[in-house]
Amino acid sequence: MTRHDGAPADTADHEVAVLSAVDVSKHFVVRNAVGNSSVVRAVEHASVDLHAGRIVAVVGESGSGKTTLARLLARFYEPTQGQIRLDGAPVAKGSAARGYHQQVQLIFQDPFGSLNPVHRVRHNLDRALRIHDRRLGRAERRRRAVELLERVSLTPGEDFLDKFPHELSGGQRQRVVIARALAVAPKVLLGDEPISMLDVSIRLEMLNLLGRLSREEGLAMLYITHDIASARYVCDDVVVMYAGQMTEGGPKDRVIGAPAHPYTKLLVESSPDPDRVGTTSRDDQFADAEALGEPPSLIEPPTGCRFHPRCPFAMSRCAEEEPPRTDLGDGHWSRCWLHQVGRADEIGADTYSAALARRDPAEVAS
Amino acid sequence: MSAPARTETRTLTRSSPHEAVLEVRDLTVDYIGPDGAVTACKDVTLSLRRGEILGIAGESGSGKSTLITALTRLQRPPAATTSGSITFHPRDGRAGIDLVGLSPRELRRLRWSTMSIVLQSAMDALNPVMRLGDQFADVLRTHYRDLDRSGARDRTTELLAMVGISADRARSFPHEMSGGMRQRATIALALACEPELVVMDEPTTAVDVVMQRQILAQVLRLRRELGFAVVIVTHDLSLLLEVADRIAIMYAGRIVEVGTASALYRDPAHPYTRGLRDSFPPLHAPLRELRGIPGTPPDLRRPPSGCPFHPRCPVRVEACQSTLPALVPLPEQEAACLLLTSEENP
Repeated sequence: MTRHDGAPADTADHEVAVLSAVDVSKHFVVRNAVGNSSVVRAVEHASVDLHAGRIVAVVGESGSGKTTLARLLARFYEPTQGQIRLDGAPVAKGSAARGYHQQVQLIFQDPFGSLNPVHRVRHNLDRALRIHDRRLGRAERRRRAVELLERVSLTPGEDFLDKFPHELSGGQRQRVVIARALAVAPKVLLGDEPISMLDVSIRLEMLNLLGRLSREEGLAMLYITHDIASARYVCDDVVVMYAGQMTEGGPKDRVIGAPAHPYTKLLVESSPDPDRVGTTSRDDQFADAEALGEPPSLIEPPTGCRFHPRCPFAMSRCAEEEPPRTDLGDGHWSRCWLHQVGRADEIGADTYSAALARRDPAEVAS
Repeated sequence: MSAPARTETRTLTRSSPHEAVLEVRDLTVDYIGPDGAVTACKDVTLSLRRGEILGIAGESGSGKSTLITALTRLQRPPAATTSGSITFHPRDGRAGIDLVGLSPRELRRLRWSTMSIVLQSAMDALNPVMRLGDQFADVLRTHYRDLDRSGARDRTTELLAMVGISADRARSFPHEMSGGMRQRATIALALACEPELVVMDEPTTAVDVVMQRQILAQVLRLRRELGFAVVIVTHDLSLLLEVADRIAIMYAGRIVEVGTASALYRDPAHPYTRGLRDSFPPLHAPLRELRGIPGTPPDLRRPPSGCPFHPRCPVRVEACQSTLPALVPLPEQEAACLLLTSEENP
C-alpha cells in the first residue's frame, strides 16, 4: 500500500492506528440571502492518526476546522474527499453508524446541553448500556452504571444515580457525559473543547481524568482546544490547524517549545503566560501586537500557503504554491516554505511581533 | 500621616482631582426572591486610581458580574444594592458623586462621558440593524449636542482608526464584521465621549487568543494615551496577571485577596488565590501534575459558615468553620484568611 503524502509518517510506533483520517476534506455549500451559493472549504487534506493510549491535541483558532475534523472522525459528516479508517479498515459510506459509535464516542463542549434534563443520571447511563449490550439485565446495568460513575471519580456512584442533571455542577455533568460515552466501551474518545465551559478551578480535574483514561485504560483520544497550555498539559502530540489545513504537528514539546511554523509561533506567543510577569515590562510584552491579523474567509482562501498574507516571513513563492510537508525528525513536521529554502532558523530567531514589525511590505505584495 | 492627608484632600476637592477615580465602600448586592434574599456581593470595598487597570477575577457565582452591574448601575431587579456606596470622583475636581443615589436621568448624563462599559458579546452590544457609523453618531450627538453630521463622521473615523478599523467600515452592519472587529468597534464606541472609567466584562472571552492579544495591546496603548482607568472582569486569571496593575480575587461574593499582579502571582496570600493560580498549566515551564481546587464553588443560597472557602481549603483549621476572616493588610496586598492572623501559620 502506498502511503499518502498527508499521512503522519515516521512516528516510532508501527502498530496500526485505532482511528485515522486520511487526507480528508469537507466542503459545505452555503447560500446567501439572494440565493447565490458558495463553497466553504472547512477542512482540506487533513490527516491524523489516533493510537491506543495516546492523546492528540488539535489546536487552532475558531474557523480553523478543528470541530469539523472531530465531526468527520465521529461520522457526523461524510468527508467530501478522503477516508476515515477504523483499525486500518476504511469505513464505508452509509455503513451502520451504531457499530461505529460503539467504538468511537464524541464529547461536546457544553455539558448543559448534552444530558437529557428530564431524566435522572441513571436513565441517561442506562440507555447507553442497553444499546451497548441488549443482553444485560436490569441489576447488571445498575451495577455497571455505578462502576462508570466511579471511573469518572463521581464517588460513591450510588449517590449520583438518582440525581437530575440540574442538581449537578458543570464539572459533575461533564463527568456524567464522559461516563455515558464510556458505557459503550469505546476505543476512541473525541473531545471537542470538553473543558472550556467549566470553571477554571475544576478544569484540571477533568484533564487529569482524560489523561488517566488514556494512560491506564488505553483509550485513544483526540483533544480539541484553543488553549495551548491545556493541550500541552494533557496530550502527547499536537496538530496545529489554520484555515482548514494542518500546518504543523508532532510531539508536544517540539511543536509548542520550538514551533517550526510561523502560525504556531503566533499562537504560542499570543497565549497568556503568567511566567512572563515580572520578566519584561508589560509594554514590551504587548509591543507590536496590535496588527497580528485575522484568519481568512474559507470561501475564497488565500492562494499558496493560506497563512502568507499574515506571515512575517512570507516570500513571493508562498503566495503561489502550497508548501510541501517537511519532516523534521521524531515525528515533527511542518508545512512551510522556509524549511525548503534553508530559512527555517528565522522562525525561532525573534518574537513573532518583532519579526512582523520588520516585515518588508513589498515581499508579500501580490 | 493619613489623618492630615485626608483633611488636605477634602479642602482641595474643588481644585485638583481626587487621586481615586472610583471608591467602593461596603457594597452589598442582594437578589430578592420569594424565598428571601440571596447575597451575591457582600461588603465589597475597592478603590481605583486614575488611569489604573484593576482586574477582578472569580469563578461562576463569585459575584464578579453582580459587582460590575452594580458599579455601572446597570443592575435590574431582582438585584438590589442594599448597602454601601460607590463614589465617583470627576477629574475636573468637583466633589465626589455617590452613584448609588442617582436618578436614571442623572445617570444618563454620566454614562459614556464619564463611565462606559464594554460587554462580552459585541453582537449583543451593537444594534444589528444599524450601520456602525450611525451607532457612533447616535452616541456622539446625544452627548455633544452641537456636533453636526460631518463632525460626528470625522470623530467616528478618528475613533475607528484608534482601534485599527478603516473608515469605510462605518458603512458596515455588525454582522458584516468579524467577531474581533466588532469587539474592537465596541471598545472604540466606549471611548467615544472620553470617559474616565471603562468597565470591561469578559472583553476577550468570545475571541481567539491572537485577537485577544491584539485587543489588549490596543487597550493598553489607548489607556496610556488617554488616561482612562479600567476595571476588567474575567474568569481568566492568567490573562489578568499579564494586563492588570492590581487584581481583586472574588469568592462567594466577597473579595478574598487584592494586590498587585506580581504579588498575586509570586506570593498569593489566600489559599484560594494560590489554587486559582495553580489551575493554569504552564506554557513552557516543566510539567507536573496539577490538581486545581477540589470541590465546587458554593451555592450562594446556602453559603458555608465561617470562611466561605473552608470546605475546599487544603490548609483549613478548626476556626475557619465558624469565623469569617477580614481582609488583612500585607506589604503588597490584602487577604482575608485566618491563617494570616493566627499563630498556627506565619
